[in-house]
Amino acid sequence: MTLATQHRPLRESTDLAVRVEGLGKRYGDTAALDGFDLAVPRGTVCGLLGPNGAGKSTAIRILCTLLRPDSGRAEVDGFDVVRQPMHVRYRIGLVGQNSAVDEVLSTRANLEMFGRLYHLSPRAARRRADELLAQFALTEHADQSPRKFSGGMRRRLDLAAGIIMSPPVLFLDEPTAALDPVHRSDVWAGVRSLVAQGTTVLLTTHYLDEADQLADHISVIDHGRVIAEGTPDELKTALGGDQLDIVPAESADLGAARDVLARVTGTEPQVHEAARRLTVPVRNRVNALTETLREMESAGLAVHDVALRRPTLDEVFVRLTGNAPSHESP
Amino acid sequence: MTTLSVKQPPTDLAGRLSRAVLDSATMTRRNLIYWLRSPDEVVGGLAFPIVSVLLFGFVFGSAMTVPGGGDYREFLMPGLFGMTMVFGLVVTATAMVSDTSRGVTDRFRSMPIAPSAVVAGRSLADMIRACADLAALIGCGLLVGWRARGGVLEFAAALGLLLLLRFALIWVGIYIGLLLRSQEGVSVLFPMVLPFAMIANTFVSPTMMPNWLGFIADLNPMSATVAAIRELFGNPGLGGETWLAQNAILLAAAWPLAIIAIFFPLSVHRYRHLSR
Repeated sequence: MTLATQHRPLRESTDLAVRVEGLGKRYGDTAALDGFDLAVPRGTVCGLLGPNGAGKSTAIRILCTLLRPDSGRAEVDGFDVVRQPMHVRYRIGLVGQNSAVDEVLSTRANLEMFGRLYHLSPRAARRRADELLAQFALTEHADQSPRKFSGGMRRRLDLAAGIIMSPPVLFLDEPTAALDPVHRSDVWAGVRSLVAQGTTVLLTTHYLDEADQLADHISVIDHGRVIAEGTPDELKTALGGDQLDIVPAESADLGAARDVLARVTGTEPQVHEAARRLTVPVRNRVNALTETLREMESAGLAVHDVALRRPTLDEVFVRLTGNAPSHESP
Repeated sequence: MTTLSVKQPPTDLAGRLSRAVLDSATMTRRNLIYWLRSPDEVVGGLAFPIVSVLLFGFVFGSAMTVPGGGDYREFLMPGLFGMTMVFGLVVTATAMVSDTSRGVTDRFRSMPIAPSAVVAGRSLADMIRACADLAALIGCGLLVGWRARGGVLEFAAALGLLLLLRFALIWVGIYIGLLLRSQEGVSVLFPMVLPFAMIANTFVSPTMMPNWLGFIADLNPMSATVAAIRELFGNPGLGGETWLAQNAILLAAAWPLAIIAIFFPLSVHRYRHLSR
């Protein structure tokens, strides 16, 4: 057991809500986490971004004291998740992938029940439930069962149940999985209102736009370890600057145009046949643009459209992990 | 805005105990409210024994003979009491799976709840439901002419043995519920439990079965409980000459204790295993 032997002290961590060092967790031959590191400053939103099976949920489960790591250390709000799990539980909220509310209870009764489980008095639990119902725009549905709720309302109720004690740290495991776009932005608004009150949020997602929208800081995780991190902007910049999109006028010219782009930029462009578009990362944006257009013209290839733009997180992700992220994202 | 300061876990034994009691009570209440709000499940659970009263007591009853003579419905009711306790295993497992498969158990485990409260709340609620089930069935029995002919002490002892069997099966139910993890798995439980209720002295005395089957039926822990309460209630149909049948009351206490001795540690281990 490596846990007992690792007693090196963590660095001064008062400014960090979550600190993880070298976390490892194996299931048989599969390493779910393999040297996973993370540092989340207080009051920020950290997005754990990665494909399914990358280890995101395993990391969250360890940080929420649901799972014991095989190696490494993790601290939440200054408490060790293995040695002081009860202290951690007083300081966290967890909103898991599944809705954990009871359909047989009314919306208010659900919140009151969770309040009671957090050792609030009946009266305090009721008062807190009413506050949360107002905060998440659920007051008019207070006496209904969540059975009839839309996915977005149900997630809002889950969020409300997760923050009954105003925990310093909130974990959201794929908060908008299987939600349609309207309800996703609904949940995002809920998360933003919590962050505005000073809650630190660690969320996992395989939706790039979700990380882009919510997170101050993104850690890209694959095969159980962080392979890149930074702000959304930093990640985009660090990975090859800008993208050049070219749309030839004729589909038949796609092949020839690809050769031109490859020659000019020295990188094999991505071909999107359906969109009749070629995309390639470029370093020197203006040079690349003018030279490409000149070469296209001298090769006799008509250009329908051309654009220089920042890469999307999708493109960043593909280049980091070598595989496309989930395309459930709308 | 309610001011909520971050609380500390209790450090002393008294604090931990009072928290465990409070949390278990909240959990019990939650589990009971679930049944109050979905009475169809409770009524559905009683449907099989009550239909059995009508079907066996009246339709097949005339063709049934009780060894040593006596009224068949008097013989039948203790069997149905015992059977209902055995079916409780499905109740417990279903409730466990419902919580683990929906992530509710995980949410509870991530909260500052006494570690024992989830399981304690489950078993307390199940025991309360078992009492309600028994009360309903006793009422039903009284309507069809069943009577407890022993004294108050014997009556209490009989109820105690029934509830002891139910309590033992809670731990089997929790263990199975933690193993299953998906709602689909629960649907196979009832067909698997049914033979336990049938290859027993519920409807027919084992003395009237082929020898080998009668032996199996006598070995069934439920048979011990049913034979014991028939004796305590003063109902007809006492067992045969076998040692198992002669020592029903002893076995009705020993079997559940043995089940608890095996399945309580298994359940605790399985519950802890959730974090592996």
